[in-house]
Amino acid sequence: MSSAIANDVPLLSVKDLVVDFKTRAGNARVLDHVSLDIKAGKILGIVGESGCGKSMTALSIMGLVPNPPGKITSGSISLNGRELTDLSEEQLCDVRGSEIGMIFQEPMTSLNPVFTVGEQIAESVRLHEKASKQAAMARAVDMLKAVDIPEPEIRARAYPHQLSGGMRQRVMIAMALACRPTLLIADEPTTALDATVQAQIFDLLQDLQRDTGTAIVLITHDMGAIAELADDVAVMYAGRIIETGSVSNVLSQPQHPYTQGLITCVPHLVPDPPIEREVLREIPGMVPALTNLGAGCAFEPRCEKAFARCKAEKPALLQISESQFGACWVLEEESA
Amino acid sequence: MSANKDLVVKDLKVHFGGGKKLLSGRKPTVHAVDGVSFTIPAGKTFGVVGESGSGKTTTALAIMRLVDITDGSVTLGDTQISALKKDELRAARSRFQIIFQDPFSSLDPRKRAGEIVRQPLDLMSIGTPSERAAAVSELFEQVGLRPEQQHLFPHQFSGGQRQRIGLARALSTRPDLIVCDEPVSALDVAIQAQILNLMSTLQKELGLTYLFISHDLGVVQHICDEIAVMYLGQIVEQADRVTLFKNPKHPYTKALLEAVPTVHGNKRDRSQRTRLHGDPPSPINLPKACRFASRCPRAESRCHNDIPPLEENDAGHKVACFFA
Ligand SMILES: Nc1ncnc2c1ncn2[C@@H]1O[C@H](COP(=O)(O)OP(=O)(O)OP(=O)(O)O)[C@@H](O)[C@H]1O
Ligand SMILES: Nc1ncnc2c1ncn2[C@@H]1O[C@H](COP(=O)(O)OP(=O)(O)OP(=O)(O)O)[C@@H](O)[C@H]1O
Ligand code: SF4
Ligand SMILES: [Mg+2]
Ligand SMILES: [Mg+2]
Repeated sequence: MSSAIANDVPLLSVKDLVVDFKTRAGNARVLDHVSLDIKAGKILGIVGESGCGKSMTALSIMGLVPNPPGKITSGSISLNGRELTDLSEEQLCDVRGSEIGMIFQEPMTSLNPVFTVGEQIAESVRLHEKASKQAAMARAVDMLKAVDIPEPEIRARAYPHQLSGGMRQRVMIAMALACRPTLLIADEPTTALDATVQAQIFDLLQDLQRDTGTAIVLITHDMGAIAELADDVAVMYAGRIIETGSVSNVLSQPQHPYTQGLITCVPHLVPDPPIEREVLREIPGMVPALTNLGAGCAFEPRCEKAFARCKAEKPALLQISESQFGACWVLEEESA
Repeated sequence: MSANKDLVVKDLKVHFGGGKKLLSGRKPTVHAVDGVSFTIPAGKTFGVVGESGSGKTTTALAIMRLVDITDGSVTLGDTQISALKKDELRAARSRFQIIFQDPFSSLDPRKRAGEIVRQPLDLMSIGTPSERAAAVSELFEQVGLRPEQQHLFPHQFSGGQRQRIGLARALSTRPDLIVCDEPVSALDVAIQAQILNLMSTLQKELGLTYLFISHDLGVVQHICDEIAVMYLGQIVEQADRVTLFKNPKHPYTKALLEAVPTVHGNKRDRSQRTRLHGDPPSPINLPKACRFASRCPRAESRCHNDIPPLEENDAGHKVACFFA
């Protein structure tokens, strides 16, 4: 697809992105110097506790940060070499849907209940391309077929409420793909779906990435999904990326105490469970308010490895190996 | 005390609709729960997993008498819950409580946390006012909340703390049974671990019986003693937590377990798995054969013609499949 770009140049490059929100309790730094790269045809996973800024990262890339109360304070977002933070609303609207597609968490709220799903997909085709009504509708049916919906001609005439949750999510994917985007952002696309339906959706994303070279940002809380789908992963905490790298490195040798906690506090499904059950490891406490983060590491109050320096200064991302970075003073001390 | 406190569900059916509509004739009948039987021994945790829409929540609501039971019985110890009249039901409610998935919408936003937890005691006139106040303080301590937090409103708590309030409220009447419908699905994994550990501790201390519904098979494997797998209103397989995951027999259970991505997995593992295609049949027009046949990779002609009964082997493993 994007053969114009050399293989090692990222398709999307976010650098030092800072997003602030005005709140009654003061300024909330929702994204604090977030940087990430994704190459064409790759899947980048983003994980982290609720409120850590995963969706806001996605919205920033789409140019959809609600303003006011929010705003992109500094940093750059470049897609295919073009800077997105400078674009007008009109230009951004063009980028969305033609170059970037997005799937949201709750399909029911992003589909319009009064139009058939076929009409909605056709409409998004016509918004970005000059196509006749009939051609757009034919394309909608093709897309429904591509996302594995049985009897696509008939389903195209169905209203959202007449479809199951899994089918609605597939309609959302069809809509996001109708304009053949080079980047797809999927924000928790399978929450509330059961495991078999979730697997169907993930298969679809994987096929897409393999067959069309679309790059995907996959936001999820499911470490298993990251392991089986993503190439790289970024772990966020309180508005910052605290660990990032290749999936195999980060999951098998997590370096940051928060990433370690995230992996060990989940009861993982195993084929041969022990008869004696162990107490789950906990990460005590909870996420701090973004309005008073203090000078130190945001994870310090919950961290069992914390020492004096953690309270005083924020650790920056440090390269640990060729494809792994972590932001923690323990790593800094070890490497010194 | 040797009083029997087991929960026994026998041939439970919950059908929605089917009544006469004035103009358009009969409404279609949704067979949400269609002949479900199981027993939860007192002090144990029974898990229910399965396809979305397979009737898990409806089963839970029927046990709580929060939807009308079409047929069958629900018995807790010596009390037949399904036969209780309205005022008897109100008195008996102290013995079975429910906690929901969404700790945000299940708490009254205008009431303070302490009042929310005390409410069931007030409604059932349990104890004197000062005894109730003491009970609430003790409950707050039990679920790991600080006493002064009784004065805060729900929006002033985090999701995990709100689920603790839900638990404290459920515990306030000293119930034997707590029905938990996706109790940790809305929580972050770090908070989820805190709540699951709390639930285990409380079970040991108070001898609680749990009915535990979840889509997360890792969580179910961790917390449940016995697990039932539902498909289209019926149990298709049931076994203890070791057997079910080690030796699943029903093709639906196998597909369900295979579908779960694991942290130890990778892209290659994924591409080698078998997948279920299509969607389950509608609970309105049910096939008069195996309900899974239309999607089953093993199905033969018999499966499209006959109904496989739920059969139990010597080890107590139940499966409804001709080839199990
Ligand atoms: N309109 C707003 N005003 C103030 N703060 C906001 C607003 N919208 C979002 N935030 C804050 O921005 C932070 C990041 O939110 P975001 O939605 O990106 O979290 P998330 O990582 O996607 O969480 P989740 O897993 O719950 O979806 C949160 O702490 C949130 O409270
Ligand atoms: N009040 C109702 N009227 C009509 N049909 C209903 C009603 N409540 C539930 N149903 C239907 O009954 C079936 C079982 O629903 P239920 O909510 O019990 O499923 P579930 O197993 O809990 O699903 P999920 O995993 O999505 O929570 C579904 O087909 C549902 O649409
Ligand atoms: S910097 Fe300190 S507080 Fe932060 S994660 Fe590392 S050890 Fe813990
Ligand atoms: Mg989000
Ligand atoms: Mg349910």
